[in-house]
Amino acid sequence: MEHIPILRMGDFLLITVQVDMHDRLALQLLEDLTARIVDFGTRGVLIDISALDVVDSFIGRMLGNIASISRILDAQTVVTGMRPAVAITLVELGLSLPGIRTALNVERGMEILRQQLHANRFVAEEALQEEGADVAND
Amino acid sequence: MPPTTELPSLLRKHESALLESWLAEQIRTGAGGVPISDSELRSQSREFIELLQQAITAGAIDDFDAPGFRDLRRFLEGITSVRAQVGLSPTDTATFVFSFKQVLFAQIRESVADPKVQIDEIWAATLLLDRLGLFVTEAHQKAREAVILRQQQEMLELSTPVVKLWDGVLALPIIGTLDSSRTQTIMESLLERIVETGSEIAIIDITGVPMVDTLTAQHLLKTITAARLMGAECIISGIRPQIAQTIVHLGVDLGDVVTKANLADAFKIALSRSGHTLVKRAVQK
Repeated sequence: MEHIPILRMGDFLLITVQVDMHDRLALQLLEDLTARIVDFGTRGVLIDISALDVVDSFIGRMLGNIASISRILDAQTVVTGMRPAVAITLVELGLSLPGIRTALNVERGMEILRQQLHANRFVAEEALQEEGADVAND
Repeated sequence: MPPTTELPSLLRKHESALLESWLAEQIRTGAGGVPISDSELRSQSREFIELLQQAITAGAIDDFDAPGFRDLRRFLEGITSVRAQVGLSPTDTATFVFSFKQVLFAQIRESVADPKVQIDEIWAATLLLDRLGLFVTEAHQKAREAVILRQQQEMLELSTPVVKLWDGVLALPIIGTLDSSRTQTIMESLLERIVETGSEIAIIDITGVPMVDTLTAQHLLKTITAARLMGAECIISGIRPQIAQTIVHLGVDLGDVVTKANLADAFKIALSRSGHTLVKRAVQK
């Protein structure tokens, strides 16, 4: 059984699609990815599809599903490097992938994930501090 | 040695009869479906017979490049280019010439008694008219090519350049009406440039778009969505008051697309989004 490799990079998971995504491969990726997110407690997923030059509605939907499922598991998804032809095809298919964050390349994608994580942490710390202050006041 | 032929005298003698039966033939065989009026067809047919007669009287019947044929060639080129421009097929145009055969052959059969001479005459007429038919087809093709060339030129003039305003900021000034095929070209060139320059912000300036209907708005939204999928953000600028009204009246939902009244504002926000600040200094005099 073929797999698309899922690489762990610090807090994030990195997936680079280097082969033609056929349907079963996409489903397998979804399976593997959700398992990894839970295993590692990952907060961010980056999918690079710069090598992908053919998409169909199924793959488009799969990308959307990956993002939705990841969000439920508390991980942000960024899709990077989508080719113009692929973007046009997805739009023509009516798949605008509203829940997905996108970036031009992996570098920018990583930046977005880091910012996101940082912002989340900041919010979390603030909340903790407020809680602490409340406790102190009591 | 060119063959001797009765064709010139035959044409001369029966000119009006030939014209009438040819016209009847053309109308019968559906040349009437052609968007050319009967009177025009009549004058064209008459001129054709006259010029053909002149040509073959003046010189050898099989020497198509002879100066005697010059007027005929020019005439055929003229009517062919008109026909090509109104969208007739080469077949329609060539049929104009070929339909003359039947009439001419009937006349030859009637006027020439000796069967041997008859065959010779018909052969000569066939050669001549085939040559003319081929010439017409060729001229038709040339006329079509001229049309295509002109259209290509127009397309080029209408094509929209994508300009780089700053590092990471592209601008796409659209001028003229946005139709499907044009949007496709614009979309493709914008997306290509986004990849090339690695720009994260693109400003679509529609100051030069005379009107926006639902279709145009949809095209714009598609372009913006495609750019977003690639990781670039679009800002629409140059929306004129009437167009803003139209967009709202049409119920078009621009969603969360950032819109600005003019390019300057859009550029300002693009700079601030990409982390630049503008500082105005006192001018040194």
